[in-house]
Amino acid sequence: MAFDYEKWIRPGKLPHIWCPGCGHGIIMKGMIRAMESLKLKKENTVIVSGIGCASRLPGYIDCCTLHTAHGRAAAFATGVKLAKPEMDVIIVGGDGDGTAIGGNHFIHACRRNINLTYIIMNNNIYGMTGGQFSPCTPTGALASTTPYGNPDPGFDVAKLAIGAGATFVARGTSFHANQIDKLIAEAIQHKGFSVVEILDDCPTTYGRRNKFKSVIEMMNRLKDIAVPVKAAEKMTAEQLKGKVLTGVLYKDDTKPEYTVEYDKVIERAKAAK
Amino acid sequence: MSRYELRFSGAGGQGLITAGIIMAKAASIYEGKQAVQSQSYGPEARGGASKSEVIISDEMIDYPKATKVDALLAMTQVACDKYSHDLKEGGILLLDSDLVKEIPKGNFKLISFPIINTAKNDVGREIVANIVALGAMVALTGQVSRENAEKAVLSSVPEAFIELNRKAFSIGFERAMAASI
Amino acid sequence: MSKKVAFLQGNEAATYGALYAGCTFFAGYPITPSTEVAEIMSIELPKIGGKFIQMEDEIGAMAAILGASLTGAKVLDSTSGPGFSLKQELIGMGCISEIPCVVYNVMRGGPSTGMPTGPSQSDVMCAKWGTHGDHPAICLVPSTVQELFEEMVRAFNLSEKYRTPVFIMPDEIVAHMRERVVFPEPGEIPLIERTTPTVSPADYKPYDTSFGDVPPLAAFGSGYKFHVTSLNKAQDGFPTTKAELVQAEEERQVRKVEGNADDIIEFEEYQLDDAEVVVIAYGSTARSARYAVNVAREQGIKAGMFRLKTFWPFPYKQITAMAGKVKGFITPEMNLGMCFGEVERAAQGKVPVIGIFRVDGEPINPDQILDKIKGVK
Repeated sequence: MAFDYEKWIRPGKLPHIWCPGCGHGIIMKGMIRAMESLKLKKENTVIVSGIGCASRLPGYIDCCTLHTAHGRAAAFATGVKLAKPEMDVIIVGGDGDGTAIGGNHFIHACRRNINLTYIIMNNNIYGMTGGQFSPCTPTGALASTTPYGNPDPGFDVAKLAIGAGATFVARGTSFHANQIDKLIAEAIQHKGFSVVEILDDCPTTYGRRNKFKSVIEMMNRLKDIAVPVKAAEKMTAEQLKGKVLTGVLYKDDTKPEYTVEYDKVIERAKAAK
Repeated sequence: MSRYELRFSGAGGQGLITAGIIMAKAASIYEGKQAVQSQSYGPEARGGASKSEVIISDEMIDYPKATKVDALLAMTQVACDKYSHDLKEGGILLLDSDLVKEIPKGNFKLISFPIINTAKNDVGREIVANIVALGAMVALTGQVSRENAEKAVLSSVPEAFIELNRKAFSIGFERAMAASI
Repeated sequence: MSKKVAFLQGNEAATYGALYAGCTFFAGYPITPSTEVAEIMSIELPKIGGKFIQMEDEIGAMAAILGASLTGAKVLDSTSGPGFSLKQELIGMGCISEIPCVVYNVMRGGPSTGMPTGPSQSDVMCAKWGTHGDHPAICLVPSTVQELFEEMVRAFNLSEKYRTPVFIMPDEIVAHMRERVVFPEPGEIPLIERTTPTVSPADYKPYDTSFGDVPPLAAFGSGYKFHVTSLNKAQDGFPTTKAELVQAEEERQVRKVEGNADDIIEFEEYQLDDAEVVVIAYGSTARSARYAVNVAREQGIKAGMFRLKTFWPFPYKQITAMAGKVKGFITPEMNLGMCFGEVERAAQGKVPVIGIFRVDGEPINPDQILDKIKGVK
């Protein structure tokens, strides 16, 4: 039997705003499969986003949803989770929203190791505003604000998350659709701050400018650059040049989780009363 | 009007804001009068010039800052120079005699003794110099009774330091009484 | 039994007022001169099972309280000028998404870093116009430490009642001075809780105006699923660009506050019955004004004071009514004429308005006000 996505889609809210060829829909479907596989309760699930194409996702999903201001999703989600730790709270957003204007909230949510899952849809560009370069745009790439090639070096989102203290970090691509739900499900189950970076494409504002002839060509690029972590272990540095590791990149079950630690603060405060 | 204005001044870290708070608390909570305490301070946690003002009255206190100071404590020369300009004629001027050498000109009731050294040598801890000064200010101003002021002191300090502060307060009170006779 | 009495700093009293009002969630970022609020909350909230979090920045603190409020908690953030500026975008979201919250802003010298330990009253316009777009504003400006406690309770009540952010903004003098506070008994000041839905989750719309201008707000995690967005939205909570829906929602958001101004505005009339000169003041400046009015009366001058407890909505109606009867208004304030401008609007040219403005970090002393009172002929 085909998977019933409709169960998690709000009636009357489709079609979505995403362009043909955009990978966000693939990621949304993976996310729905993950939530369904974990039997999350809609009334007990909050999806939080900031601003951008990816941040429109919560409007389509039938649960508690919070579409906030640019960059602030992680801070809103922190408030929701700390106030009601029993809820499952998932953040979605793009690379610009999460690592530029929201970069501070992102690294501090990682540091706290609060039990949230952050799904970053990294399409290397600010899509909604028309293709300006983001902190994840490759050096040399063309964007509407790098007409002579991007002089900026980019972030490695996964390394940033690991360095800042996140305890589950995974990477997938919108080409490897069948892997997305598994990574997201594992991230949601992880007790701590989990980051799932999904490499994605924006044919409209990135592909067009950067000489990709078609969406298929962009998809093929994702297919070509992705190397599963296990496979990479057997590869030489030369072979790994230009490749990106996918799968679960980092996992630490020993670091204390924030809301659990705060419960201990409450216990200590009550004892001291 | 029964409005009475006190100013505790010195350097940041000398505990003068605390001394002012305790004086106001004594008047407000234990003496049954009206009292307001306010302060001004710079960015430094230690050093600089700091002042704490206390207004005591039988009636409702509107303006919370000093207008004409009835009693001024100055624990440093800098504070004395900066904060003695609006001391009332005939007002009380309490100085640390080791630290304030240039005494402002004017018709003041001057009381001067080595406050910090009294704390160090007679009480045993320099840190309670502010409570020595407070004891002296209570004695000199007569705005609150010795008993009520002592209650305010003891309710404001940690359990372990009650005796130290009681001693500091007493010695300050006695020194000022002796000095002003 | 006699009531509990304590000698408290303004910031302390405000914090205990918030706890009395039922605040269970605080997020903040350290900033002079309001940090005492965060410090006390970090001690007191966990004792009652509440949550305190020090966020990575001012914006994050504002975001965290809005998120927490959507779970049904009564929430507080405390800050001062620079932080208040930083929060403005999310204050706008609190207004458009209609999320109850209280922001405590101690007014210090500005703009920018300004004078961190010096008093001012120069944020009152920021409270109204700081965030972009049309939106409601409720701003309380207490004058005493006791009032800081009580007005904090009122701030929570107004926020819950009107489902909107409320600002309580003492100047640094009121926030840092100490006075005796008599604690009200539990239940003595009635507490208002936000209206929650009575309809089934299937029928719930977060901005359903069939319940009036203040629609019921469900909590995340209470069985209701709904969407909250910072975009212009329709009654169902989803974004819309339909002109008539946007217009209606925008107008309602402002109307729910402006249309209830009589319920929100509080003020004190002091010696106004026969007053010919009226000082219009707020915060610590009103204390100087009262002193000056008393001295003027002793000298046979018919002076009085109209003291604002609520700055926004502004009491235009009350001031306009006085304008025809008096010889002059005097507006002392620690800024360059913010209340002054509103009083001029209300005076409608019927009576001269004389401003006394200070932005040097020093309070306006009673003599300055007395001079102007004497100057009104």
